[in-house]
Parts: sequence; C-alpha cells; structure tokens
Amino acid sequence: MNRAILYTKRNIRRTPFQAIAASMIMFLTFFALLAFILLATGSEMALKYFESKPQVIAFFKEGTTDQDIHAIETALQQESIVTNTKYVSKQDALQIYRDRNKNDPALLELVTANILPASLEVSTQTPQDLQSVADILKREPVVSEVIVPQDVVQTLTQIAGIIRTVGGATVGFLMVFAILVIVMIIGFKIRLRRNEIEIMRLVGASSSFVRNPFILEGMFYGITGAVTAWILSYGLLWYFTPFLQGYLEEIKLLPVNPLFMFILLTTVILVSLALGSLGSIFAVRRYLKIS
Amino acid sequence: MIIFENVNKKYGPNSALENINLEIKQGEFIFIVGSSGAGKSTLLRILTKEVIPTSGKVKVGNIDVTKMQDKDVPSLRRKVGMVFQDFKLLDDRTVFENVALALEVLDKSYEDITKAVEHILKLVEIWDKRNLFPRQLSGGEAQRTVIARAVVGKPDVLLADEPTGDLDPKTAWGVIQLLNEINSWGTTVAMATHNQEIVNTLKRRVVILKNGNIAKDSKEGKYEIH
Repeated sequence: MNRAILYTKRNIRRTPFQAIAASMIMFLTFFALLAFILLATGSEMALKYFESKPQVIAFFKEGTTDQDIHAIETALQQESIVTNTKYVSKQDALQIYRDRNKNDPALLELVTANILPASLEVSTQTPQDLQSVADILKREPVVSEVIVPQDVVQTLTQIAGIIRTVGGATVGFLMVFAILVIVMIIGFKIRLRRNEIEIMRLVGASSSFVRNPFILEGMFYGITGAVTAWILSYGLLWYFTPFLQGYLEEIKLLPVNPLFMFILLTTVILVSLALGSLGSIFAVRRYLKIS
Repeated sequence: MIIFENVNKKYGPNSALENINLEIKQGEFIFIVGSSGAGKSTLLRILTKEVIPTSGKVKVGNIDVTKMQDKDVPSLRRKVGMVFQDFKLLDDRTVFENVALALEVLDKSYEDITKAVEHILKLVEIWDKRNLFPRQLSGGEAQRTVIARAVVGKPDVLLADEPTGDLDPKTAWGVIQLLNEINSWGTTVAMATHNQEIVNTLKRRVVILKNGNIAKDSKEGKYEIH
C-alpha cells in the first residue's frame, strides 16, 4: 500500500493541472450536495417548528379599541380547543420590531407604533383546530387579516419538496458528471503511461500493482474536493449565522450543531471516496482492461 | 525445465510456429537462431505468455503456461527474466530505479531493494551510472541495465531477444560475457540472435528455426543458414 501511495503521489505531481481540474469538479459537486443538505435540513426543521406550535395570528384594523379586542379574546378563551391567547398591542409590536432590528438604525427611524397593527395570537391544542379558530376570527368585522400557519406549513412543505427535487436532480447530475470527468482524466493518464504499464507487466507487476495507484488517485480527487467544499460551506454558514439568526427568530436552526457538521463531513468523505474510486475503476476496466 | 510440446502458432492464415517440440534443461544456455520471421521472438514470447499458442502445450518448470489463468501470469513473469533488443527502460527513472522496479513488483522492502540493486549493478559494472537516466546511457550500458533488471529478482530463466542487435561488436561481447556469467549461476538462458560470430564462438546448443519449424537442434552447434 505504501508503494501504491508513492506511485499515486508521483502520478499526481506529473499532471498537476489535471489534478486541480478533477479536484475542482469534485468540489463543485460536493458544495452543491452540502448546500442542498443544509437547505433541506433547515426547511425540515422549520416545518417541524411550525407544526409543533399551532397558532393563528389575527391582525386588527386601524381604530379597533382595546375593549373590542379583549372581548374577542375572552370569547375565544371559552373555546375548548384554544390553549392560550396573547394580545400584542401596537406599542408591544413596536418594541418587538425595535428588538429585531436594533443593529439597523435606518430601519428604526421611520417606524412608529401607529404603523404597526395590534394583533392577537391564539394557540390551539392541535393543528387541526386552527382552521376553526381562523373561521371565528375572520367573521369579526374588526379583524383585517388572519394568518393561519397551515398556510405557512403548506408553503414550507412545497419549498422543502422543491429543494429536495431540484437539489437532488442537480446533485445527481453533478455526481454523474464528476464520475465521467474522473474516468476521462484517469483514462488519459493510463494512455499516457501505456509504455510504462507494459514494462511493469513484463517484469511481473500484478494487476493490483498497476491498478491501485489509479484508484487511489481517483479517491484523492474525491476527498480533496469534498473536504474543501465542507470547509467552505461551514465557513460561510458560520460567517452568515449572525445575519440569518435575525430572520429565523424563535426557530432554532442556527448556529448549526458542530456534531451535525462532523457527521456531514464523515458522510461526504465516504461518498467522495466512493465516487472517486468508482470513476477510477471504470477507467481502469476500460483502458487497462483489467478488473 | 522448459518444454514445448506440439506447439503451433498461427496469425490468421500464416504460421509463425509449426509443430515445435523442444526441451530446455535447467541451467542450459541455448541459442535460437534463424532468419527474420523464422519465429524466434514468438517462441520466447510464448514463455512469458505475451503470445498464446494456437495449440500445443508449454511448461516452464511445473507451470503449464498454456493452461494458466491471466491472474497467474505476473507470477510466471517474475520467474522468467526478459532482455529486449529495444531495452524497454523507463525514461523518467534512473538506472537504479529501473532495476529496482523488478523488486518493487515483488513488494520487497526498501532496504532489501537497495541492497539487491546495489549488488547487481556492481556485478554488471554500471554502479557508477546508477543515477543516470536511460537517455544518458550508451547502448551497452542500457543493455546491462536491462540485464540487471531481468536478473535482480533471481529468476529461474532468462530470455534474451536479440540483446546485441543494436550494439557494436565489442559491446555485444561484453553483454554475452555477462549472460554467460549469469548462466554459470545456474540460470537457464535462452537467447534469440542473428549474431553468427557469437553463436559460433561460444559453442553452445543451437536450435535453428526455419519458417516456424525446428530445422536443426545441435548440442555444440554452429550458425547455419537453412
């Protein structure tokens, strides 16, 4: 094995530009894969969050009095399906807005309590109860808008589905492309070294002696691309976490658990080894005519 | 040691070897002579399974080469050293590294390889050229390197296909003396050649091929054109 590693290093040194090209295509493939996994995982977690907190939010029209709102709140609290209600006044809404955007003074300048509507957040026992509460609220003349999280859940489900479909297709295509690039590059190297391979066979080199450096080379390209992609993904995620956390509010997606990222690293390394060696094996079988 | 039994080799309608029956004993030095196209190289290449006979049986020691599976061919080739007219050295490796290759394929340790290669390079008298590349060698030095590579693994048989073909007479004699010395260790040597002077001087067994057939097989033969 040490000898195979030595020959592999020699092969890579001889054609550095091809090595870079192969590693780059692997990098692109795994960067796309990691982006897809992170987005898909994030959207699944957000979906779970919304599903775990069945809540309807009703916004009130301008001029609605506290009395009217409290009357509606009291009526809802009598319903058995309602577990909790929370009244957010205009002042409360302004305070929430200021807390969220405290790092961006430009956004704070023009906003006053008058612009933000008062709202009532109604929690139910199960997501199935949300529509009933929404129907009650929609009948109230002072209610301007009712947001049902099921709509949000439905939208998120659609988005998650699109991410899975588009991401999966893109990554699948890139993986096939990466394997073909490895086949092409290793195949080219085999042809370049055919005299050397012939001589090695004449002095008694076994098939594995000839084949193993090429397979290790494919695995090297895979692992280089995968690890580089992981480092960049993690770096970007870490860099943008403070910015993204402001948008995610109570959804505890960020910062990403380091254990999760470690598991992801292990997974991409294994996949990259498989892809790299698969490409090399195809090339060796085709161009060396050994299995 | 080496047995050819009713061996035939056809390339399409053309016969390269016809009904070859030949036995070469352990430790023999044998010349295989004949005009171009007589079948000399084909005969030698059958012994390393570079060429597969159309029919017949070939044995090297206990190994039936004709029935051998492809995965066992490398182990056969480690027992049979080859010396080529066109040298077949690796251009991007030094003399030392070219010879070491024969031991690397045996998965020998770095220490063992260094010791063995040093020994053989000194024996063939090119130790001082060990760090040169093939393009920096003369014909004789290149051929000595090839011989060193062929015998460093202590094979039972050494096959030489026109090893003096591109060399001047003096250098050619140097190579032949080396092969003679290798034979004195007990290694069987089979050499295909056109060199009449060498064959007639050494007085070894001579097998004359003509049109793929054995025209003559004599113990202390001479180079005869048939």
